[in-house]
This record gives sequence, structure tokens and C-alpha cells, in this order.
Amino acid sequence: MSTVDDRRGQVGRLTSLGRRPEVGAAIAVVVVGVFFAFQSSTFLTLDGIANWTDVASTIAIPAVAVALLMIGGEFDLSAGVMTGTAGLTMGILGTEVGLNIWLAIAITLAFAATIGFLNGYMVQRTKLPSFIVTLATFFMLQGINLGVTKAIVGGVIVGGIDKAPGYDLAHSIFAGTFWSPHDFQLSLVWWVVLAAIGSWVLTRTRIGNWIFAVGGDAEAARNTGVPVDRVKIGLFMTTATLAALTGIMIALRLGSMQAGQGVGEEFQYIIVAVVGGCLLTGGFGSVIGSSLGAVIVGMAFIGIQFAGWNTDWRFLFLGLILLIAVLVNNYIRRAAEGAKS
Amino acid sequence: MTTATPTTPETAAAPLLEVRDVAKHFGNVSAITGINAKVKAGEITCILGDNGAGKSTLIKILSGVHQPSEGEMLVDGVPTVFTSPRDARAVGIATVFQDLATVPLMSVWRNFFLGSEPEKGRGPLRRMDVKKAQGIMREEMAKMGIDVRDPDQPVGTLSGGERQAVSIARAVYFGAKVLILDEPTSALGVKQSGVVLRYLVQARERGVGVIFITHNPHHAYPVGDRFIVLNRGKVIGSWAKGEIDRQELVQLMSGGAELEALSHELEQATGESPLPSQAVLPTSENPLPPGIE
Repeated sequence: MSTVDDRRGQVGRLTSLGRRPEVGAAIAVVVVGVFFAFQSSTFLTLDGIANWTDVASTIAIPAVAVALLMIGGEFDLSAGVMTGTAGLTMGILGTEVGLNIWLAIAITLAFAATIGFLNGYMVQRTKLPSFIVTLATFFMLQGINLGVTKAIVGGVIVGGIDKAPGYDLAHSIFAGTFWSPHDFQLSLVWWVVLAAIGSWVLTRTRIGNWIFAVGGDAEAARNTGVPVDRVKIGLFMTTATLAALTGIMIALRLGSMQAGQGVGEEFQYIIVAVVGGCLLTGGFGSVIGSSLGAVIVGMAFIGIQFAGWNTDWRFLFLGLILLIAVLVNNYIRRAAEGAKS
Repeated sequence: MTTATPTTPETAAAPLLEVRDVAKHFGNVSAITGINAKVKAGEITCILGDNGAGKSTLIKILSGVHQPSEGEMLVDGVPTVFTSPRDARAVGIATVFQDLATVPLMSVWRNFFLGSEPEKGRGPLRRMDVKKAQGIMREEMAKMGIDVRDPDQPVGTLSGGERQAVSIARAVYFGAKVLILDEPTSALGVKQSGVVLRYLVQARERGVGVIFITHNPHHAYPVGDRFIVLNRGKVIGSWAKGEIDRQELVQLMSGGAELEALSHELEQATGESPLPSQAVLPTSENPLPPGIE
């Protein structure tokens, strides 16, 4: 044991850097960025950056909450389809029902939070794995998205959202652009702000301490007086709400929403959280890391396109990145936990 | 420091915690009956007993998890009923469970203050006072004789004994008057057990009443001020330090007479013919005829 102490004294700075969950993702951002910069001359121009930050932001915003949820030891497979549910709900309320778009947005967010609450309540009450509970939610929402949309609209697309009252202001806030010739998406600003808040809550507030604790060892957390159920249910609600916000942004930008929107996206959120250093078993990870993971995915999707390759390759890339990330994280975890034996 | 002195058990101050004729029944089964025990400030009370002796039932009553079926509990001489572990914690009774007290992947300071984080700032800017938390943690751990050089070090990298120390230091810092330790040494090696015993003594020196539950008389004897031995849910004896020697304690713990009878039996079995008694086992548990194997 004393040998560990001595070494800690010498390489303290390096050890504490290596202990940060997002280190691997930060290195990967540089590697992937440099790689695609050599493949395409537009990749690192302002136009290029506006392109891949756009792709990254729609993954990164829900991933902020997904990362917190994973650190809290749970999964939400319904987060992807929730973007579709939210866009459709807002769209139908704004067009078929004829509500003001702002009221539609408020109702949609409240509805999403309720679904999140039900997810969390079911998981905590039944003690079933969240993987199963939210998988059920995923399929139920997917069915509802298609069934309800067809029943109300008579097709699989809710259109004409741009004609709803209040649309223009909502569009400029949730789906506008800035920096005129390059047209960066405002979702980038939302992403930065939400990631900063999420990271601050996780690392600096007592709620953040509780999130680490409920994911690391729920029983120990309960023994020290942490309200485990409330923390976990709150995380499910945050995840559903941020997924819904993303869906609202997409619907406002397109002016329409497809009933199949968001299916499969949940895995991208989980992938970027894992790439960013979140452990699948909970208790360890970072919000910044998940955002870096989203940057990697955004760069790869756009970089592959810019380089003129077949975009199907991006899935191979996603899979590879995920595998490497899990291997590296596993190694870090052993290093952090293993010294005791 | 405190008025209690181990050599004169009947001092004026009321014990921190006392149980009188406590019993607990689960349906028809009496887990413990007629238990009397006192815990005084600045003393280590060892509760010894083999598995099934009723130790864990007694701890659960003391820490508020169970309510006694009979008898009463006195806190500072006042009869008290705990309806939940929170009640016990509120009057300063802290229980350190064997392995369920710390989160391995979290840093030492985060574990130390888990559930009671110090905060600063107002409204939405309310946040943990990390500097303060780290400072207090280092100070408190230093009192236990541990120098935490890196407060961000995950608890999982500490040794088993040091992890117990984090739990003990935390309980003492948050005002525990009575510290209940459930088998703190059972999962540890010889050296680490010694380390934990030293922490118990440190806590006693600071005026805490310590309840040390163990099945190992060799761990209890060097640190205990009072020994209570349980067997089959009853107190078979209670001694102050000096009234009993180590050998007697070991004898009692291993159920003296029972062990003698067992060694007799074993002698007979091996002496006469060990085989028939072994051959009984497979036929009684497994109806298959022996020939099949």
C-alpha cells in the first residue's frame, strides 16, 4: 500500500488527469478532427464547423441528460422515440387543435416529463432493470406515434406547423441561426448552455453528489440518507424533457414532423455518453465527455460526407468508436477501483 | 474528557444508551429475549456471539430498524422509542454497516459528506463548498491517523481498513455519541483488523460510546471495556474489563461445553469407525441408491 502512496506523491498531476472520465474523448476529438481536416479542405472552415456542430447538437442536448441518467445507474431507451413523440404532440396541438405554439410547447414538455416520471416510477417501484422498462416505453411510444398520427392526420407526417400561431418567434428561439454567412444553428447555443448547467450540477452541487452515489452504490447512498428514488425519477424526467426539447427544435426547424422520427437515436445518445466516459454500470462519467462524444459523431457524419465517401460507413465508424471507448473505460475503471486488491 | 471511567462502572452519569429486558419476536420465533445492556461515553462495549446468536437483531433494535417486542430503551436515561433509523440518527446513534457505507468510485471527500454536503451560495447558485468539505475531511481523517494527500482519490483505492475509517470518522464528525459497528473486522486480514481496532480506540478517546459487534474474541478482548456474550438470543454473561480473561472469553464464545462435546464426538467417530456416519449422508439427502454412482 505504501508504494501506491509514494507514486501518488510523484505523479499527482498525471493521475488526477487520468482520473477524469472525458480524457479519452478529448483525445479522440483531436484525432478525428485532424483526420477529416486532411480529407476535406472545408471541414475546418466556419461553414464546415457550422455543419458538424449542427449534427452534433441534436445528439448532444438529449445526451446531457442521458449521461446524467447513466451516471445515476440507469438507461432510457425511450429517449430517441421521445423526440418524435414530442414533435408530433406539439405539431398536432399547434395545427389540428389550433393552439398557440407556445402553449403547445409547454404542454409537450409537461407531457414528456410525465412519461419520464412514469419510467422512473416503474423502475424504482418494480426494481426491474431500466433497460426493460424503457424498452417497453420505447415500443409503446413508437406505436402511439404511428397510430395516433394516422388516426388524427390521416398520414404519417404532421405538416403545416409553420402556420401555427406564434410560430415565428418560437422558430427564431428554438430553431434559428446566427453568424449570418455561415449560419450556425441556435441549437449549438442551447447545447453549450445546457451542457454547462448539467456539468455544473453534476460536479458542484449536492444533487450531483447524489447522482454519483445512486449510480455507484444505491444501497450505500440510501444508508447515508440520500433520497435515491427521487434522484432517479428526477433523472428520468430530465432525460425525457431534454429529448422532447430536441424534438420540438427539429419540428420547428422543419415545419413538419414524421411519425417515425427519432427511432434508433437513443443508441446514439448512449454511445456518445459512453464514449465520453460514462460507465454502463453507473457511478462514473461526465457531461462534458458526452458532449465531446457528440462532437466526434458530428465530425464523423459530416466528415465522411465531405470526404465524398458513402455515408453508410458512418455506422461502422460509430460501432468502432463505441468498442474502443468501452475498452478504454473498462481499463480506467480497473485502475480506479483495482488498487485495493 | 468524559466522566465515565472504565474501572468504576456505577458512575453518576446515565449511560448514553441502555436496553432493559428487551425481546424481539418474529412470529413464533423469539430472536432475542431478556437482553440488558448499557453503553457509556468513552467506553467500548463488545457484543460477542456466534452466527445466529441474535447480534444482528440487537443492532437493528439499537439503530431503529426494528422495534423491540418487549422491554424498553433509554437514551441518556430517558425511555425512547425509535420508529425508524432516522430517529436513532437524530439522537446521535450512528451505525456503520460492514460493506454498505461507502461508494467505491466516489472520492474520499464526496463519500465523507454524502447526504450532508456543506453548501454555499443562494438560490440557483447553491453549490457544495468543496474547499471546506475537503479541508474538514482531511482534518477528521488526520485525527484517525490517516493522511489523505489527495482528496479526489476514489474510496475504492483505499484498503478495507481505511474505508472503515472513512465511515467511522464521518459518523464521529456528524456528532455520533454512540457508534455501532457491525462486524467491522470480519472481512479484513489480520493487519487491517488491527488498524480498524485502533480507530475504535481513537473514537473512544474522543468520548464516543462504541458498540463493537464481533464473533472474534481476539479482536474484542484488547479493546473492549465491557463484554456481553450472546448465545441463542440470550445474554449468557456480561463482564467489565478485568473480570474475565481472554481464555474464558474464547471458551464462552465457542460455546465451551458444546465444543467439548463435539470434540468428544469427533474422537469417538474417528476412533471407532468414521465410515458408517459418512455413508448416512448421501442416502438421507439423495434417494438414489449408492450403486448408481
